[in-house]
Amino acid sequence: MPSVAYGRQLDAIFVLSMWNWFFKLGSPPHFYRIATRLEPWLMGGALVLLVIGAYGGLAMAPPDYLQGDGFRIIYVHVPSAFLSMFAYSVMAVASAIGLIWRMKLAFCVAAASAPAGAAFTFLALCTGAIWGEPIWGTWWAWDPRLTAELVLLFLFLGYMLLRQAMPETRQADRASGILAVVGVVNLPIIHYSVEWWNSIHQGPSLMKLETPSIDGDMLWPLLVMIVAYQLLFIGILFTSIRTQILLRERNTRWISDLLS
Amino acid sequence: MTPRQRRMAGVSVVVVGVAIAAVMVLQALQTNITYFFSPQQVVAGEVDVGQPFRLGGLVENGSFSRESGSLEARFIVTDNTQSKVTVAYSGVLPDLFKEGQGMVANGKLNEAGIFVADEVLAKHDENYMSPEVAKMLEEQGHPGGQTDTLAAEEGSAEAPGGS
Repeated sequence: MPSVAYGRQLDAIFVLSMWNWFFKLGSPPHFYRIATRLEPWLMGGALVLLVIGAYGGLAMAPPDYLQGDGFRIIYVHVPSAFLSMFAYSVMAVASAIGLIWRMKLAFCVAAASAPAGAAFTFLALCTGAIWGEPIWGTWWAWDPRLTAELVLLFLFLGYMLLRQAMPETRQADRASGILAVVGVVNLPIIHYSVEWWNSIHQGPSLMKLETPSIDGDMLWPLLVMIVAYQLLFIGILFTSIRTQILLRERNTRWISDLLS
Repeated sequence: MTPRQRRMAGVSVVVVGVAIAAVMVLQALQTNITYFFSPQQVVAGEVDVGQPFRLGGLVENGSFSRESGSLEARFIVTDNTQSKVTVAYSGVLPDLFKEGQGMVANGKLNEAGIFVADEVLAKHDENYMSPEVAKMLEEQGHPGGQTDTLAAEEGSAEAPGGS
């Protein structure tokens, strides 16, 4: 049956081209070009959504019945906390891919993810403290959730310091990659800390299987802010991956072609 | 095994090994990690007189009293098992501190079984809603959802803490 054989051939061609696309994405020059083209769209999209989300959260959402206007810091706190964990996942998965497949670009992604992740973690801790002071009555408590998030900050900082301490890139990639993979155990601890132990931090309002326990009018700006932060993170990630690529490939032909 | 498969196995073993180690450490430190004890645990005698610890639960409705012209406050903290602990506190309370709401206090039990607190924090739950919605829910007989969820939370949290 010729038509079936033809169909199979098309399938095979499709699969091959997908693989081809995937492998090309793994090549630094190709990724460099794609990232350069996508960056303005990511940053622009992030900016637009940040403005919409901030307006929705600060002006349109009603005050909370208990916390009044104080709850509005949620629009910075929750997205940064979410991104701190997302950035760590990116760093750990990229490190594992780099360690297993010896893929140069994967280590670039991991190394690029750390500073942005550390910044979001710091922001989550700071906004949490600012929120905690008027609402709970304290800036900081040695509570399981808060402590685990602080450990996340130290993991990011440790990862970056370890890279700095290793003179050779290959060595730095492997050592820091192992640290990133080991630290992944902290992510479920952060997420479930409020369920496993008594904690001053309340349970999740959003990241759970049931419907979110937050009013629709308050919820949509939060979701917009999370998407905005996500785009912002990917934009920053692409910029610093390109820096990593330039640094590592500085002696190659395509870089000198690119810069000339 | 190819070198790549060996590396894959190596990474998996590291992740699984660290996870097991973490579970064991967290199990061993269970009581140290728990941020507060519930009234039920206190009534069951899990903490000794004079030992500093944190008490967490709901401020019982109608239990709060404060002498006029003084900062001496007294209230009862309870949970879904109806265990009660009387708390004495002298100082400024957080704005969110209210009867029927959650709180966490730092202090110790005295000989009379009264929890003498030197710090009181307010604890809120994960529900956010506008005042109108909260009012509507209250009229329908759900007081803001707060009491129900916090009591339920305390109930689910006491199982690991009690082991």
